[in-house]
Amino acid sequence: MNRAETHPLTARLNLTDPPDLKRYEAAGGYQGLRKALKEMAPADVQQTVKNANLRGRGGAGFPTGVKWSFVPMTAPDGTPYRGHKYILCNADEMEPGTFKDRLLMEGDPHQMVEAMLVSGYAIGATRGYIFLRGEYVLSAQRLNRAIDEAKATGYLGENILGSGWGMTLAVHTGAGRYICGEETALINSLEGKRANPRTKPPFPQAAGLWGKPTVVNNVETLCCVPHIVVNGADWFKSLSQGKSTDGGTKLYGVSGRARRSGCWELPIGTTAREIIEEHAGGMADGLKLKCWLPGGASTDFLLPKHLDLAMDFDTIGQHGSRMGTGLITVVDDKASLLGMLYNLELFFTRESCGWCTPCRDGLPWTARILKALEQGRGQPGDIEILEQMTRDLGPGRTFCAHAPGAMEPLQSALKYFRDEFERGIALPPRRQAA
Amino acid sequence: MTEPAIKLADLPKAAPFELHPDDRIAIEHEIAHYDHPRAAVIEALKIVQTRHGWVPDAAIPAIAGVLRIGSAEVEEVATFYNLIFRQPVGRHVIKLCDSMSCYLTGYDDVAAAVKRKLGIDFGQTTTDGRFTLLPICCLGACDKGPVMMIDDDTHGQLMPHALDDILEAYR
Repeated sequence: MNRAETHPLTARLNLTDPPDLKRYEAAGGYQGLRKALKEMAPADVQQTVKNANLRGRGGAGFPTGVKWSFVPMTAPDGTPYRGHKYILCNADEMEPGTFKDRLLMEGDPHQMVEAMLVSGYAIGATRGYIFLRGEYVLSAQRLNRAIDEAKATGYLGENILGSGWGMTLAVHTGAGRYICGEETALINSLEGKRANPRTKPPFPQAAGLWGKPTVVNNVETLCCVPHIVVNGADWFKSLSQGKSTDGGTKLYGVSGRARRSGCWELPIGTTAREIIEEHAGGMADGLKLKCWLPGGASTDFLLPKHLDLAMDFDTIGQHGSRMGTGLITVVDDKASLLGMLYNLELFFTRESCGWCTPCRDGLPWTARILKALEQGRGQPGDIEILEQMTRDLGPGRTFCAHAPGAMEPLQSALKYFRDEFERGIALPPRRQAA
Repeated sequence: MTEPAIKLADLPKAAPFELHPDDRIAIEHEIAHYDHPRAAVIEALKIVQTRHGWVPDAAIPAIAGVLRIGSAEVEEVATFYNLIFRQPVGRHVIKLCDSMSCYLTGYDDVAAAVKRKLGIDFGQTTTDGRFTLLPICCLGACDKGPVMMIDDDTHGQLMPHALDDILEAYR
């Protein structure tokens, strides 16, 4: 098999000189769009993606085909749907420790454009937006160039390839704030409002951007779609090489003090040990692995004993964490765990949108306690307050997943490293005097 | 009745502001990307910021006028997003990532060195108006930590002793 069949997402990747339209097409590009528009109905594309068992690569792991299936394809009276529907790409990559979507957009921008088109066709979208974080300046330039080329060739606009279906596509750049990655906050932000999350239901598929049916998918998720259409669901499922029931490859990575931090496309379900020890070359000289976050700041810590777990949504979920974005952060034995937790909770504090009270007030309180513990001036009862936070800021207690995500590293650290918290409690004065 | 301590008329007036004609055209161009003009508010703020370096208060109603929305609707967005600057910044803006991967790979030493070299803390501007230093969350280049952006450029694998070479390029 050639590399395009084993590494569909990155076979064409070129970060210094990404393929232009001509080179992209020569390497098989836009064949997914041609096949979908000429041979498949939108429902067929949805079904193929469902069969392929593609799950959302933004971190939640929700089956993509199922997500799409909630989009109305007809009007209530059974006639064809009229009016706009939107396909949005969540390219607001800001989860600490995550650096995969940037590679896909900088290194193969036409793949992103084709992914938006094929996915847009599957739900009958008329407009597409790539919601890109403002700091990804190079991604914006390259995507806009690719969009211009696609427009000039007739891949974008009215009646694409004579199919009768048309879609526009634009890059929307943000101006910061992690919360924009929450899909309903992203929609509010795109509408030109503060990025406060919305109540669900209604889900975006029913009432999203400007109240119209809307799908929000992550960059990596979308980029899988044209390949699934070209090569089929069975091929996609086989990419995991029996390591997982999920289909496809996954961009995995390692950061922290590893020997060779980086990002690699591997079969989904590859073990964390292989990713860290083989691909990242293990820990840097003189350091030992203390614990690791499987996929970003909002996932629970795991220990060295968990390294042989398959990195997929179900396996990691069954062992007390989440795969999240799949980009691993390794924590070494010389690092201060409380210092790192303080860093994490300060991040979540600053990035809280302030909309609901538990998040707005609970996160800075949590950060303050962690700072005190790190500096050895914690008070008796602080650990119990932190434990209470993990419940009161947990799932179902807040408006969105921001604060519950913030509690994941904290609750797992309390579980595995409670003694380090205890050492942060200041001794009462009389005992110091003795 | 006693005189109020501050009379409205005595307050300093905001400098008058007029949208540059090119900026108005650029904003109208952005509006065309969307089904509702309000969606272009962040782009509009960025267009003004590109010209002036920041977004003065008096620019808010001017932008609101082009977008045909209320000033408060522009203001609430302008005060929410951290890449919109509401006070003057230096000629170059340093955004130093303070998220966890950079924390693990040496952020503390780099931050201390940047602050010492420039003689400023986060949120401040050097007296010569050359640099403003801001914190930023994860820049998505964690394999190259510690990382910072200066203006639109990303710099990775920062080391305290090698900062001068990087800063030198920004006059």
